[in-house]
Amino acid sequence: MAAVPEELNITPEEYRELVKKERPAPPLWRNALCAFASGGAISLLGQAIQNGFIALGFKPEDASNPTVAVVILLASLLTGLGLFDRLARFAGAGMAVPVTGFANSVTSAALEFKKEGLVLGVGAKMFSLAGTVILFGVITAFVAGLISAIF
Amino acid sequence: MSQKAGRQSVLLDPSPYLTSAAAVVGPMEGKGPLGEDFDLVYPDLRIKEKSFEAAERKMLQEACLLALKKQDLRLGDIDYFLAGDLLNQITVSGYSAAALGIPFFGLYGACSTLTLALSWGAMLVAGGFAQKVLAATSSHNCSAERQYRYPTEYGFQRPRQAQWTVTGAAAAVIGAAGEGPRITAATIGKVVDMGEKDAYGLGAAMAPAAASTLIRHFEDLQRRPDYYDLIVTGDLGQIGAALLRKLLARSGYCLEDNYNDCGLMIYNPELQDVGAGGSGCACSGVVVLGHLYRRMKEGELKRILVVSTGALHSPTTLGQGESIPGVAHAVALEI
Amino acid sequence: MGSYLTAFLVGGLFCLIGQLLFDLTPFTPGHILSGFVVAGGILGGLGLYDRLIQFAGAGASLPISSFGNALVKGALSEASRHGLIGILTGMFELTSTGITAAILFAFLTALIFNPRG
Repeated sequence: MAAVPEELNITPEEYRELVKKERPAPPLWRNALCAFASGGAISLLGQAIQNGFIALGFKPEDASNPTVAVVILLASLLTGLGLFDRLARFAGAGMAVPVTGFANSVTSAALEFKKEGLVLGVGAKMFSLAGTVILFGVITAFVAGLISAIF
Repeated sequence: MSQKAGRQSVLLDPSPYLTSAAAVVGPMEGKGPLGEDFDLVYPDLRIKEKSFEAAERKMLQEACLLALKKQDLRLGDIDYFLAGDLLNQITVSGYSAAALGIPFFGLYGACSTLTLALSWGAMLVAGGFAQKVLAATSSHNCSAERQYRYPTEYGFQRPRQAQWTVTGAAAAVIGAAGEGPRITAATIGKVVDMGEKDAYGLGAAMAPAAASTLIRHFEDLQRRPDYYDLIVTGDLGQIGAALLRKLLARSGYCLEDNYNDCGLMIYNPELQDVGAGGSGCACSGVVVLGHLYRRMKEGELKRILVVSTGALHSPTTLGQGESIPGVAHAVALEI
Repeated sequence: MGSYLTAFLVGGLFCLIGQLLFDLTPFTPGHILSGFVVAGGILGGLGLYDRLIQFAGAGASLPISSFGNALVKGALSEASRHGLIGILTGMFELTSTGITAAILFAFLTALIFNPRG
C-alpha cells in the first residue's frame, strides 16, 4: 500500500530503481566458495563418522542412522555454545543445507523461547522454523504415494 | 509565543531546555568510535538479568535515573515520562514507567522514537503543560532480533544491506528553565510508504520518510540545510543515507558535509561486522544524547537538526506481503 | 558406499546450489530448504536419490534433501505392502532417527544452555 507524498517528486517505480542501484551485491564468489568448502567438510566429517560406525559393526545400509544422530547432536551442541551462528555467518548454506541446519533451527528456537517456559515456550515454538521443511516433505511423500498407487 | 509553522512544523518560544542527558550502551557500542561519550558501557548483553527483555528494561531505567541524578532531580520532580521502544506493546517502556512511578505517555515510532519523544516533550513544556518531562528510549540487539527476525542462535547469513540493532538506552530531561541546548523547533513527519518489502533493507524503506520530513522542515521554517552545523538522521545506514541525498537533490536541497547518520557514527565498519550500519531506537538515542549533546555543551556545535527515522512494519505485515512504511520526525537543537 | 572425495564434492555441490539460491533469489532459507526437501523427495520417488547416496555416501545423505527422499521411500515401501494406508503408516519410518534426535537434543541443549546473541 503506497503512501507517496507530493514533495518527493518521485514515483514508487522510480524509487525502486534508485534502491536497486544502491543495494550492494552479495559477495557471490566468496559465499559460494565458503558454502562449498564448509558443506563439503561437513559431508567429509559425516562420512568419517559413518565409516566409524561400520567399523564398529553396523551394516553399511544401517550406519547412516547413528551418523545422522551424531551430526545432529554436534549441531545442537554448537548451537547451545553460541558457536553455530558465528560459523554460519561465513559458511552460509554450507551449514544450513545439511541436516545441521535442521538441528540448529530446532535447537535455536528451543533455546530462545526457554524464557517463556517449557510448555508455552520450548514446546510450542520449537518447530517454528523447521515446521515448513517437515510439512513440505510430508506433502511431497503423500503425493508420491498417491501417484504410485494410481499408476 | 509558540506556534505552528507551515504544514507540519512547530516553532517553540520560549524554547525548552534539554537540561540533562544520559546514554548507556552494550559492549559493541562501547568499543565503537563514540565509546568515550557514553555514561555506562555494559560488559555483556544479559547483565545478569533473566532475559534480554529484562536486561533492556534495566538499561532504560538506569539511563533515566542517571539523567535525573545529573541534575539532582527526584522522580517526583518530573511531570511526565515519555518513552517508547521496539518491543511488542512497548513493554520495556511500560514496565519501566511502572518502576519509575511517573505519569506515562507511551509512544511508538519504532526507531524514530527519540525525536518523537523529544518533540512531544518539548511541546508539552512550551505549551505550559509541564515544567519538566523525562524523555527516553531503548533498543537491544537480541530482543529485537528475536521479535522481528530469528532466534538469536539461528545460523543464517545477513545480507550486506542489513543493519545492526544498537543495544542501549538514552534519556533526557526537558525543562522550561535551566541550561543546555534548547529545542527550538520540530517537524512531525507523515508516514511514507514507497512499496519497499525487503526487511533487511530498512534504510531504503525509511529514506523517503526522512526526505519528506526534511523538505517540509525546510519549507515550513524557510531554512536551507546550511542553517545547521550538523544534520543527522537516525539510522538510515549507508544505503539509506545515499538514497536520502538523491531524494533531496531531486527537490533542490543539497546535503553537504554537514550531514551524517547516527547509524554510521556509532560503529567502526572496518572493525565491526555491522552491515550497512547501526539501527534501533537507541541508535539516534545514544548518539544524540551521549555524543552530540556533549559537543553542543562544549560549544563545538551550535545548531543541529536531528531526524530519527522509523520503520512501522511488523513480522505479521511482512509475512502477509505488505510493504514497509517509514516515518521520520525532526527536532532542531540550538545552543 | 562412497568415498571421501565424492562425499566432499557432492556435499559441497548441494551447499553451493543452496548458497546461490540464497544470494540470487528473494526466497528465505525456509523456502529454499523446503525446496531441497521436495526435490529430494521427487528424486527419491524416481529411484535416483538412492543411487546418489550409493555414489556419494554422506555427501548425499546429510543434506536436507535426503529427508525428502526418506519420507518418500518410507511412504512408498509401506504402500506397496499394505496399500494406500501404507503412505500414512510408513512415512516417518526412515526419518524417525533424525526427527527424534533433533527434538531430544534440542530439548537437552535448551535445558543446559542459554542463548547468547
